Amino acid sequence: MKTTEHWLDEPRNVKKLWRGFLVVLALTVIAGAFVDLHPHFEIESWFGFSAAYGFITCLLMIVGAKALGVFLKRGDTYYARDERDE
Amino acid sequence: MSSVVLHPALLLIAAALLLPFLRGTARNVAVLSAPTLALIALWLLPEGKLWQVQWLDYTLAPLVVDKLARLFATIFLLMAAVGGLFALRQKSKLEIPAAFLYAGSAVGVTLAGDLITVFLFWEFMAVGSTLVLWSAGTPTAWAASRRYVAVHLAGGVILFAGVVGQILTTGDASFHAMQANSLATWLILIGFLINAGAPPLAAWLPDAYPEASWSGTVFLSAFTTKTAVYVLIRGFPGTEILIWVGIFMIFYGIVYALLENDMRRILAYSIVNQVGFMITGIGIGTEMALNGAAAHAFAHIIYKALLLMSAGAVLAATNRRKCSELGGLFHSMPITTICGTIGALAISSFPLTSGFVSKSMVTQAAIDGHLQMVWLFLTAASAGVFLHAGIKFPWFVFFQKDSGLRPADPPASMRWAMILFAFLCIALGIWPDPLYALLPYAVNYVPYTAAHVITQLQLLLFSGLAFFVMLDFLKRTPTITLDFDWLYRVAAPAVVKFSGGLIGGVQRAGSALFSGGIQLVADFARRESQPQGLLRRSRPTCSMGLWVMLMLAGYLLLYYVG
Repeated sequence: MKTTEHWLDEPRNVKKLWRGFLVVLALTVIAGAFVDLHPHFEIESWFGFSAAYGFITCLLMIVGAKALGVFLKRGDTYYARDERDE
Repeated sequence: MSSVVLHPALLLIAAALLLPFLRGTARNVAVLSAPTLALIALWLLPEGKLWQVQWLDYTLAPLVVDKLARLFATIFLLMAAVGGLFALRQKSKLEIPAAFLYAGSAVGVTLAGDLITVFLFWEFMAVGSTLVLWSAGTPTAWAASRRYVAVHLAGGVILFAGVVGQILTTGDASFHAMQANSLATWLILIGFLINAGAPPLAAWLPDAYPEASWSGTVFLSAFTTKTAVYVLIRGFPGTEILIWVGIFMIFYGIVYALLENDMRRILAYSIVNQVGFMITGIGIGTEMALNGAAAHAFAHIIYKALLLMSAGAVLAATNRRKCSELGGLFHSMPITTICGTIGALAISSFPLTSGFVSKSMVTQAAIDGHLQMVWLFLTAASAGVFLHAGIKFPWFVFFQKDSGLRPADPPASMRWAMILFAFLCIALGIWPDPLYALLPYAVNYVPYTAAHVITQLQLLLFSGLAFFVMLDFLKRTPTITLDFDWLYRVAAPAVVKFSGGLIGGVQRAGSALFSGGIQLVADFARRESQPQGLLRRSRPTCSMGLWVMLMLAGYLLLYYVG
């Protein structure tokens, strides 16, 4: 098993990646304060608009998809006659 | 120059017909050289109407070249060449010829200057793509191909009705920008939109494409929807309803892809999503928007093929297609992982990839037109693309929990096809000028400004954060999501079965009643024709005389009253 292990399998390294990711997230928001973002619409001139908008709309899309899934999800053998026997 | 003009589409279709007779190295050389030669032939063509044919009362123009046509024909031929390389080791000897017929017909549509030629190649595309599906050779592919071809033939009939109506009312067969203001033009628009994967019939795409072979889906992803984008750019630019059709497609693709478990069906839903961006651009209809739609189609064909190649490599190596059964493949498939991830970044419009320089033009067009609502939708959708395709696909296939599978990277032909397209995804992202030079209108757009890069990074990285925060919500389950195709796969057959039973019952009851009645009359006639029966009885003369007198009296009365 040792031979196939990858540095990404080490939980320590994954934690480091997470920290790096959070630092980059913070940097992109902070950079917004120093660069003129040329807002085209008023809403865009709010500080960190793109970050917040990206995060919130994604949460909404996931929740929306889940809600739709409650009604529309079926087992993957639903169209049984068409499914390949695996 | 004018005497010997080769039609690139016919060149590729001729190669498709020749290929089944070749074997071994000769076949491989032909597979790679046919699209390449067609590409050279295309670029040797000058602009203008090159072929004109009189047919009945109409002037047909089967070979017309302008910038838009050349752009789409170029990417279709490039796709045929690299797809051919990827599929070189495909066991089915039908698939590549079918794919070349399909690609050649798509090129034929882009170079057609009249509606009749458009329609002919349109139908050849349906044939070619169905053959690509068949060559997978599985029962599911066969079943899916029957539904697929039914939808496309129906779309073809609608398109044909529209084309005939348009020619009858205008007397002009040429294919140019139209307004959706008559029955005929509406029918043409609907025929085009069915192939684009527009609602309500979008389900044909995620239903059929993932059932093709590991290489077949790569071909299928490229031509049908993007040919539809091409004809919409040429035929219906600035048709406002397309903005909303496109936005619906964008969110439909995201929501269904988020719920999906089959890795190639995730990518199929994301085709609808990406074509939605193009359709929205066509609806906005400004030069910037149309350039954006065309550039996005070009970039999209490359990164979507790349994504499906990486998925195809996984499928060919593991014979598994469900995210819930995959994971941890980066250990043993590093090249596939890297190429798939590059495709995923490109589809998400990450800076330094092709998606960044193409999709942004559509968004910019919404800004320029002060369409704030459209812009908000497009921006949310950009974040959603990263969510459903940019992270979800590579995460669940190559990373997440280790499935224990350790398949090797695919053979050289497949590897090189992926590397080539991965290179193009990044090259176009870093150096978009050659692509911009190919676009139909002059490009006055600079993608790399500090503001644009920072806002895009904020948007994408925070949608990435949302993905990992909500990961428990996104855990894959072995499920499918019902779509519009439920209506024709379950509801309609059930209605037919039920009403068939009902009609059968009524029919049986009716025929029982009817035959009973006949039986009754027959029995009566038989009984009464016995010697003592009513029909054989002899009658006395005096009673006959009485009856005649009564009839004459009645006649007299009527005569008097009349």
